[in-house]
Amino acid sequence: MSYQIIQRGESLSFPDPHPFIDTASSMGDGVVLIGGEAGQAWRRGVEAAEGKSFIAIELDTECLGVHTGEDEGPVNVVGFARFRLGDDAPTGLVELVRKPYTDPDAVQAARAAFEAAGLVVAVCNDFPGRILNRLVRPYYNAALRRLDEGLATASDMDQTLCLGLGYPEGPISLLNRTGLHHHYRVTQALYEALGQEAYVPARRAQVAWARRQRDAA
Amino acid sequence: MSEIKTVGVVGSGTMGTGIAIVVARAGLRTIVLDAKQEALDHAREQAAAFLAKSVARGKLAPGQDEAIMAQWQGTTRMEDLAGCDLIIEAVFEDLKVKHDLFARLDKVCPAHTIFASNTSTISITEIAGGSARDDRVVGMHFCLPAQLMKLVEMSPGLNTSDDTFRKAWSFCQAIGQKPVETRDTPGFILNYFLIPWHNDVINMVDQGIAEPADIDLAVKTALGYPLGPLELLDMVGMDTQKLLSDAMYGLTHESRAACPPLVKRMIGAGRLGRKTGAGFHVYGDNKIFGA
Repeated sequence: MSYQIIQRGESLSFPDPHPFIDTASSMGDGVVLIGGEAGQAWRRGVEAAEGKSFIAIELDTECLGVHTGEDEGPVNVVGFARFRLGDDAPTGLVELVRKPYTDPDAVQAARAAFEAAGLVVAVCNDFPGRILNRLVRPYYNAALRRLDEGLATASDMDQTLCLGLGYPEGPISLLNRTGLHHHYRVTQALYEALGQEAYVPARRAQVAWARRQRDAA
Repeated sequence: MSEIKTVGVVGSGTMGTGIAIVVARAGLRTIVLDAKQEALDHAREQAAAFLAKSVARGKLAPGQDEAIMAQWQGTTRMEDLAGCDLIIEAVFEDLKVKHDLFARLDKVCPAHTIFASNTSTISITEIAGGSARDDRVVGMHFCLPAQLMKLVEMSPGLNTSDDTFRKAWSFCQAIGQKPVETRDTPGFILNYFLIPWHNDVINMVDQGIAEPADIDLAVKTALGYPLGPLELLDMVGMDTQKLLSDAMYGLTHESRAACPPLVKRMIGAGRLGRKTGAGFHVYGDNKIFGA
């Protein structure tokens, strides 16, 4: 499966060299738009993408429908993001986003391209937070809130979850290591999209975000 | 060195069987009580299969599995627990059921016997309140699958004596587990987080966000968890998840703890998880995890 890479802005999914980028060609059956402005770039060049087996647009916290439309749209366009937590490097997981009208062949072609580069693909429909952020953010918020409420120390909470469930790292350690302000940014976006209390950024994340903003000013 | 030599385990479901394996594997006499003989037979069969697999994998010496099972006695008679130093209950998450059990055990057991509850949601203090020996009741929450997981959340009730807690803690260490002290709050640490997390995942399936296989793959790949959440839920069982959620929601009234409608539909359809051969995934057998 050959594909062309078009980069517009800084990519959260591919900030560093990766076999997926290295094996791209200047012309290909597919098109992969990466970077923070990937969606806008696709909207500006819709006609050029016609006839491609797939077009994959890198997503941040937004839904694919923001770029393609909700009830109908191009059948060969998918969204994608490599899951990453804050300052950590992107993981090997690609969340591949489809719309109800997306052609299964386009999903399969995009999947094949990512998997050929050693990435693992999980397919999901177009909902805020996709799979991972939708699931982990309320859990991380709850851990931060319970830490404030004195349920246990941070290390006891982390140790219990690691020992009891086999997690490689507890939530408090993970969030502190990867940047609480990142948790705020993603969670706030989900709260705005979903309006559910569980996504309201926890106090500690709000503090981290405020300090980050102050330091950047 | 633990002063506890003979241990009773009440309930021979998934948790009770796992706990009994851990205790018997530590060389202690283990008496498993269940109202149904067929449940006891099934538990024994599953434990023997698990231990035989441990031998095959080189984790136990040849013949050690049989030696461990020789420590294991199943019974339907409560009187057979009269010689126990410690009794761990792993019955339904229902306060009245636990009160009835401990009240009856109090009449059978000597004064020194410690009662432990494997409850994952109900207050230890409340359970102890119906035991007639509330200073000798302690929370001892093993994790699923108990025969593989080391963590035990240890919770004292308000009236638990220091001596009881110390003895239970020493026992836990003596059988090779890793105790962590938690406060007597709903769900302690583990289930306070796990029950809502599982409900979130179930709702995600119900809302059509992704297929179960994709969700499990995503979580394992991105977060490094050993099991996908739906794989773990299939081990827990939909019936248990409903009981846990109902208990947790009743205590906290947190919306994420409320039992998702899909759980009730799956129970209605007989898709309880591994124990019925199908839950979010389909299984070819109903062996205990690791067997």
